[in-house]
Amino acid sequence: MAFNRRKFMIRNASWMLMLVLLLLWEALCVGLQVPEYLFPAPSAVWSAGVARWEPILMHAWQTFFTTLVGFGIAVVVGVVLGVAVGTYPLVYKALYPLLVGFNSIPKVAFVPVLVVWFGIGTVPAILTAFLISFFPVLVNVATGLATLEPELEDVMRSLGASKLDILRKVGLPRALPYFFASLKVAITLAFVGSVISETVASNMGIGYLMMAASSSMDMALVFAGLIVIGVMGVVMYELFAWMEKRFTRWANRGSNSAAI
Amino acid sequence: MAFVTFEQVSLAYEEGGPLAIRDISLSVKKNEFIAVVGPSGCGKSTLMKLVSGLSEPTSGYVYLDGRQVSGPQKCIGMAFQASNLLPWRTTLQNVMLPLEIVQPYRSQMRRQRKVFEEMARALLARVGLAGWEDKYPWELSGGMQQRASICRALIHKPELLMLDEPFGALDAFTREELWCMLQDLWQEQPFTVVLVTHDLREAVFLADTVYVMSKGPGEILVRREVDLPRPRTLEDTYTESFASQVHVLRDHIGAIRQH
Ligand SMILES: Nc1ncnc2c1ncn2[C@@H]1O[C@H](COP(=O)(O)OP(=O)(O)OP(=O)(O)O)[C@@H](O)[C@H]1O
Ligand SMILES: [Mg+2]
Repeated sequence: MAFNRRKFMIRNASWMLMLVLLLLWEALCVGLQVPEYLFPAPSAVWSAGVARWEPILMHAWQTFFTTLVGFGIAVVVGVVLGVAVGTYPLVYKALYPLLVGFNSIPKVAFVPVLVVWFGIGTVPAILTAFLISFFPVLVNVATGLATLEPELEDVMRSLGASKLDILRKVGLPRALPYFFASLKVAITLAFVGSVISETVASNMGIGYLMMAASSSMDMALVFAGLIVIGVMGVVMYELFAWMEKRFTRWANRGSNSAAI
Repeated sequence: MAFVTFEQVSLAYEEGGPLAIRDISLSVKKNEFIAVVGPSGCGKSTLMKLVSGLSEPTSGYVYLDGRQVSGPQKCIGMAFQASNLLPWRTTLQNVMLPLEIVQPYRSQMRRQRKVFEEMARALLARVGLAGWEDKYPWELSGGMQQRASICRALIHKPELLMLDEPFGALDAFTREELWCMLQDLWQEQPFTVVLVTHDLREAVFLADTVYVMSKGPGEILVRREVDLPRPRTLEDTYTESFASQVHVLRDHIGAIRQH
């Protein structure tokens, strides 16, 4: 009996914590009579969300769309570059310092440049999402390929396997857990990228909605926007976590488990 | 006729650096079973890489089946101390991996998959893994993984099998069991074997010829033929003649340590 309750607690811990935090938040706002234009209570956020569900949905869809497109490009570019970096030492030597340098630039710094080139709106949001999220995919795919056991490579080469054979039969399947692990990180980063771009340079998307709402002191709507982004992030993260479990079950049993 | 020939082969991993092996000359007959023993770091694995063309000699020549070795050879079977099975493939799929790469199997794979599968199943049954074909490597014990690894090295019927301490990580019982398994496989359908090992009893039990290497840079110190009758049984390992063979080798190794 006690054991079952414990299991129930573990399974639902995150929901219960969220509930507790919401109650605390509500109590704090009501108890201290915090004005709504500074810090709205969850109930106020909820009613703002319900009252304005149509524009929120429209903007959320825009953010979701730009994020997914940027993320999709990031996956393709990340895999292609990751395979090149992980397979050819020359490419690794040439590209790696450049990529590390690029990755340490805050991506918000690119937005003004993108605006000059592409105007405001959807395109810079997609590109910012892409720029911010391709790096983890690249690094993980390259790591998965580069950490191939030399003995396994010897076995393959002494069978007369070509580089492509080794990549197809051993390298890529082995890198799969690394790849799926990176997708979870990349999708959340992609949301960060698109929302950043929308807050600076767009008239569409959740980022823009929050910017507009905050300039008219509509804090409840700002918080509703924040929560919508968070929910989208969690849903996508869970989707990729599920895919990871589904497609790379072997990695959790065997000796080698994936990074991150 | 010699199948593998080394003519005064030396190899340094770095240009101008220390030699890993020096002036090695040897020749292995077709379907001969040789064992290479020697202290750690003396260049035994290097020797294997030279035979299979994974490394190139700094000086000297390596011939395989009458042709000079240049670049990785096709159709060699290899197994190491770690089984190196692919965790996303079942045992059967692991064993069939070489058939997806080596010709002529590769181009027949589509049409003949059933036939090849039967081949792999038969080989697995031969080493006592019947019923384990659809299990994943992590569901197998260490000894079973090693059996599967040897099956993978043999499925494409290579003329040359290279074993680098394949039984090194196993307990004594399993190891001796696998000696017998390997000897049986080899006697049923002969192929040339190069076995690297630390275990002198293993070398004497399995090999026709044992080579003893010196401390690095490795040279061949002694070549010793083991003329015990075959098939050898585990009983034989307790006989006087077996023990004296092991002793002679041990004395040579002891002499290396002194220096
Ligand atoms: N890839 C490499 N690069 C540089 N040096 C190497 C490389 N591989 C081996 N060596 C060196 O060559 C020498 C022989 O190594 P090798 O692996 O052939 O020894 P070994 O006899 O197989 O040893 P062990 O019994 O411990 O497996 C060692 O001194 C080692 O440091
Ligand atoms: Mg070695």
